[in-house]
Amino acid sequence: MSYKIPMGPYHPALEEPYKLDLICEGETVIDAKLHIGFNFRGIEHLAETRNYIQVIALMERVCGICSNIHTLTLCQAMEGLTGQTPPPRAQYIRVVMAELERLHSHVLWAGIASKLMGFKTMFMTCFEIREKIMDVLAAISGNRVNYSMNRIGGVNRDIEDPLAMLGMIEQLEGEMMKTVIPIFTTSSTARSRCAGIGVLTHDKAISCGVVGPTARASGLGQDLRRAAPYAAYSELDFDVPVEQAGDVRARLFVRALEIMQSCQILRQALTKMPPGEISTNDEKFKFITGTATSRVEAPRGEVMYSVSWKEGSRNPSRVHVRTPTFANMPAVRWMVKGARLADTPLIQASIDPCYSCTDR
Amino acid sequence: MTLLETLPKKLGSSDSWIEKGGVHWIDPSPLSVRELCMEMNIAKARFVTITAYQLPKDEGLRLEYHWDLDGQLLGFPFLLLGNSPESAKIESIYDLCEAVDWIEREIHEGFAIEFTGREYEPLLLREGDKLGVNLRDTVAPSKPASGLSGQEEVKK
Repeated sequence: MSYKIPMGPYHPALEEPYKLDLICEGETVIDAKLHIGFNFRGIEHLAETRNYIQVIALMERVCGICSNIHTLTLCQAMEGLTGQTPPPRAQYIRVVMAELERLHSHVLWAGIASKLMGFKTMFMTCFEIREKIMDVLAAISGNRVNYSMNRIGGVNRDIEDPLAMLGMIEQLEGEMMKTVIPIFTTSSTARSRCAGIGVLTHDKAISCGVVGPTARASGLGQDLRRAAPYAAYSELDFDVPVEQAGDVRARLFVRALEIMQSCQILRQALTKMPPGEISTNDEKFKFITGTATSRVEAPRGEVMYSVSWKEGSRNPSRVHVRTPTFANMPAVRWMVKGARLADTPLIQASIDPCYSCTDR
Repeated sequence: MTLLETLPKKLGSSDSWIEKGGVHWIDPSPLSVRELCMEMNIAKARFVTITAYQLPKDEGLRLEYHWDLDGQLLGFPFLLLGNSPESAKIESIYDLCEAVDWIEREIHEGFAIEFTGREYEPLLLREGDKLGVNLRDTVAPSKPASGLSGQEEVKK
């Protein structure tokens, strides 16, 4: 006999509200239904009531973790409609901010995954590392969450001494190599909680259209930084980690390796950052009538913005946001099928879900 | 020739791609959206999203279907002419591409567009909420109870 166990919308295992209705037989999950919308704020509608400056501040609030990515993608799309090209230094600063954000997002996720595995000490270690990254973000932007760095045609703040950040990168790499990666890869507890759990097969990953580390853990190698480079990524050298197993452990490995790659990208971007202006300094620009689209590789995968404008208007006529969790979340149904009930919190967390992004 | 270059011929189009606003565009007609989806499946393109726009006056709605082909973003516009509830209909491709499930549900709720041939469960809306109120002007009340327009209400 099957029975239904609701998980959420408010549950200790969930970082944000959503609901999983788990259909179980004994301790085995045989199917699941997902319910979202608990964070729905109508942001796409609100965007149509904001002018071209206000809309940047609004879209920064779509997400509390990858706030910078949202403004970056939006500004890139709006630059497509105004014909502006940010100066080279601004492109490098955009890369630095995006990679710092990826680092703090991945380390945050590693901490939460540790907690769900029962590794409380590791949770504290990860959050200690993350604080150092947050300190750097605050030193650059003056803010810990909404950085207000991006503008149409460049960035708002310069990084005055880029090389001063190299010490933090060294320290972070050292901590990852010394503590986090060895424990995640060799600990028997981590292995027993993650290996073979919550598998998303390669074929299912394709049919669900998943993106980001979730896709790369199932053998799909796409990363927009490489496949469709933006900002200064085409000038930087890095690898795209791909795993084949499709389980929680593979998703964990991919993120851990991406942390190391982010450090490599940051080191290059800080060393090669060219001098010069940080924005086009055009106070007056015109939006052309039409639609522009921009895609960026956020920590959780591809973010896409479509922005539509009418000539002479101060407000966008439409802003559409497709976030990575919106693409990844439906795949959780296939990951939890056949899993033990006790593993479902870790499985759903393994895609690093963000419901503020998903619901908007 | 790359797959991107050969694709228009496979879609039965004599046009070539127009690159604009970060997207490779092509008019998909005379293909239906379902035929287009089958071609995209054959080409092993990854479905990205559908973006819906309400056109000015009573011209109707535009749906832009996006697929990713080896890092290139492809765009295919479909027009739903007219502004009556009957005209806001298009075939669902959910049975051909399960990745469209949530976005079809979201557009159904936001714009009151009917994707025929599928069933819906609520995604973002809750019981009693009206379809189309969020993003479609003709469905949303132009003047709320305060007597002010939506814009004036926000400014206030």
